[in-house]
Amino acid sequence: MAKAEILDHDGMRRALMRIAHEIVERNHGASDIVLVGIRSRGVPLAHRIQQNIEAIEHVLVPVQILDIGLYRDDWFQRPFNPVESSKITTAINKRVVVLVDDVLFTGRTIRAAMDALSDYGRPQAIQLAVLVDRGHRELPIRADFVGKNLPTARSEKVAVRLEESDGEDQVVLIKPENDDA
Amino acid sequence: MRDFIKLEGMDSSDLKALISLAESLSEILSRPIKKVPTLRGRAIANVFFEASTRTRNSFELAGKYMSADVINFQASGSSVEKGETLWDTARNLTAMGIDAVVIRHQVSGIPGLLADLLDVPVINAGDGMHEHPTQGLLDLVAAKARKGRLEGLKVAIVGDVLHSRVARSDLWGFQTMGAEVTLVGPPNLLPAELGVAMTSNLEEGIKGCDVIQVLRLQHERQKGGSIPSVREYRALFGITGPRLAQWAPDACVMHPGPQNRGVEIDSDVLDGPQSAVLDQVRYGVAVRMAVLYRLLGGTHDI
Repeated sequence: MAKAEILDHDGMRRALMRIAHEIVERNHGASDIVLVGIRSRGVPLAHRIQQNIEAIEHVLVPVQILDIGLYRDDWFQRPFNPVESSKITTAINKRVVVLVDDVLFTGRTIRAAMDALSDYGRPQAIQLAVLVDRGHRELPIRADFVGKNLPTARSEKVAVRLEESDGEDQVVLIKPENDDA
Repeated sequence: MRDFIKLEGMDSSDLKALISLAESLSEILSRPIKKVPTLRGRAIANVFFEASTRTRNSFELAGKYMSADVINFQASGSSVEKGETLWDTARNLTAMGIDAVVIRHQVSGIPGLLADLLDVPVINAGDGMHEHPTQGLLDLVAAKARKGRLEGLKVAIVGDVLHSRVARSDLWGFQTMGAEVTLVGPPNLLPAELGVAMTSNLEEGIKGCDVIQVLRLQHERQKGGSIPSVREYRALFGITGPRLAQWAPDACVMHPGPQNRGVEIDSDVLDGPQSAVLDQVRYGVAVRMAVLYRLLGGTHDI
């Protein structure tokens, strides 16, 4: 397998800082914002964006956690997958929800996340922030804030590693071996 | 996992996974909109040959909270009264497209036999004196929520253990999770073949306990005169406020319901701070959601 590093620690830090700036700019401040991290790697990313926004605006925006396992549209094609609880305790009605995830690929996770959110209330708007957009959308969904646009082949894999869960910050593109042959 | 028939012999890793799944799903009960689309398009039949309010309602709500279609089948008023056999009833239900059957039956072993006969998952909602595995599971979840752990807990099951399917499911469940179980009750209502610690002295049985599961005195099963009188039973085995304060002040008190207030348990205990009975009912729905999701969510062909 051939691996290529797409983002290192500093690259990821800069991308997340830029996303925080863009979120604040787009929403004219941070007062109405709720960050919602999608389990699992969206959660630490949401916390980092929260810290960045605090550094810029001196406002601590709430971070909530969403598990979309119960909302997948393909669960009947997959082996049984246990779910963890979502933690949405802040009222999301009339607020701007920024969904945070690591990789945007087919868009199906985001579709499920929007369905899940609508069971908690009616946000004024839902925006999407992702660390990596790798293309190959299967639904009419796009990200509002992108750390890195990464053209990929479908057979390639994007691995996001975060200090909180994996011990280091890194995004790697993995090509399967038979592709080179 | 294809069916859910008993806790006896269940793998501790499977049991742990079900407990944590139920803990996760219990969050749905506190949402403003208590519905997730997970089992949309699935149909579940509650087939009850014995009276039940809690268990049947709990299964019905669990299915509905996960967007399944649920029908309730009561033996009385159905073709069973015209002589239809259980097998034909079940086969007819599956011919209508039912995806899972929840069954309660007065005869031990019926759900297991039905599971062998049917191609769809079968869930035991209580069979005779055998098991009531979702009750056992919800007792584990409720005890864990109160005590923070299950391993090493001292658990007393008090009452008519002999006739109790709940006692058996609790026993296997708590033992598998590493708790230490003592059975407490009149000597003729303690089945020796279970091979666990037992005593007919209430003080000895519950002293210093972490969890007390109080069983219902099953009036309908006492026709053979296995206890001299309800009054004597209460005098020897009733869980009263003073006894609890003296012998087990830190215990969480559970009861599978329906309760005979003033017989096996007093009102001040049942409504007091040590009582976990409403937690049990609440977690009951989450546990049944977990079991339905475990059996119907995800394909088993991979």
